[in-house]
Amino acid sequence: MELQILLLFMIFAAIVAVQIEDLLSSVIAVGALGLGLSLAFLILKAPDLAITQLVVEILCLIILIRATINKDLPVIRDGRWFFNTASTLLFIILFLIFAYFALQELPRFGQPIMRVAQNYINQGLEKTGATNIVAAIILDFRGYDTLGEATVLFTAVMGVLAVMRRVGRKKSSSMV
Amino acid sequence: MSEYILCFALFCIGLYCVLRKRNIIKIIIGLGIIEYAVNLFFVLIGYRTHSRAPILAKGQSILNMVDPLPQALVLTSIVIGLAVTALIVAIAIRIYEKYGTFDITKIRRLKG
Amino acid sequence: MNNRTLEQKNPKGMTLIVKTITRLTVGLILLYGIYIVLHGHISPGGGFAGGVIIALCFIHLMLAFGREVALKKISQGVVSVLESFGAIMFLSIALLGFWGGYFFFNFFLHKGKPFELFSAGIIPLCNIAICLKVGAGLFAIFTVLVLFKGLGEKG
Repeated sequence: MELQILLLFMIFAAIVAVQIEDLLSSVIAVGALGLGLSLAFLILKAPDLAITQLVVEILCLIILIRATINKDLPVIRDGRWFFNTASTLLFIILFLIFAYFALQELPRFGQPIMRVAQNYINQGLEKTGATNIVAAIILDFRGYDTLGEATVLFTAVMGVLAVMRRVGRKKSSSMV
Repeated sequence: MSEYILCFALFCIGLYCVLRKRNIIKIIIGLGIIEYAVNLFFVLIGYRTHSRAPILAKGQSILNMVDPLPQALVLTSIVIGLAVTALIVAIAIRIYEKYGTFDITKIRRLKG
Repeated sequence: MNNRTLEQKNPKGMTLIVKTITRLTVGLILLYGIYIVLHGHISPGGGFAGGVIIALCFIHLMLAFGREVALKKISQGVVSVLESFGAIMFLSIALLGFWGGYFFFNFFLHKGKPFELFSAGIIPLCNIAICLKVGAGLFAIFTVLVLFKGLGEKG
């Protein structure tokens, strides 16, 4: 029951974040949403995710506040009301149709299909020696995934450095 | 079932924000909401009622654990999401510096 | 006395109250991050969360004291070296597994007793590598992004 209340709180925070006009308030509402998600992970018995989400949300807030603060931004109205709303509604209805068909094939809430994971749980301790099964999965059974993740993170860091650097910028901006 | 439906509602709010808003910061926020919804959906699928966290305890054998596999996938996804958000913010700051606005319809020179 | 000289030396950053609290807490945050990383295989946590906490520790220092003090503690070159070292360490741990037969082979024969700090073979080493990678990467992102105005022509 408390999970539904928390999810309703998250939906409320998301609506506030989307609809409010002041950008700083909007970013703070996103912070409330992320902290609610951290609590939801804790209720769903995932303490690793709760710690990571809590810490990541703080850093994400700092970065987003950096993007919005100290800029006297005019309020941006949403133009072309009919066309934009119609296309948005079209996409959302399309998503809901597919979600309706997918919902019937999903396992019931609280009874997961654990074909692979049961194997991991049974053999995790003797094969890896780690008592945290999640750490055993991400670093031993599925090390490839983590290697790929490290590559993606490296690429993102390189992307940020390439976008924000000063060297060679004058030339390119004069050419465009 | 109601948990799944609420999670879909969260996804729809993010989709509305991405498609409808014209402010770049609002679009970044919408992408973040979508990412949260997807992470939450993965963990919801792996949940088992009356169960324990996937961490063994000393001296007792735990039989009913939640599914640890979606948790392992989501754990990497959260950190990637932060890096991707930082990348989009960097591009947004560049656009603000060049055009002086966050309005995507005002950025004329991007249209070929 | 010490505080006053430090205050005069670094006029940038926030007020004296924030600086004093930062000086008291920043070591504890770093210690907590290291604890989270090293105990990643027996309790909740791991390389990802611990890396972000360590990055947050240096970000805390930078926000309170200004850019120069934090970059004197850990400079941009050191950050890039640490990130590359984390990536190479992770990859070489994975490649060393070929000694036992396949990629990511857990090559320690004696995995130690469970529930102890030195157990679980390669998993603590991988945690340390990921921690270096994530922490250095996020700190580099923050340095470039948040202090963009002060970046200057240095690149």
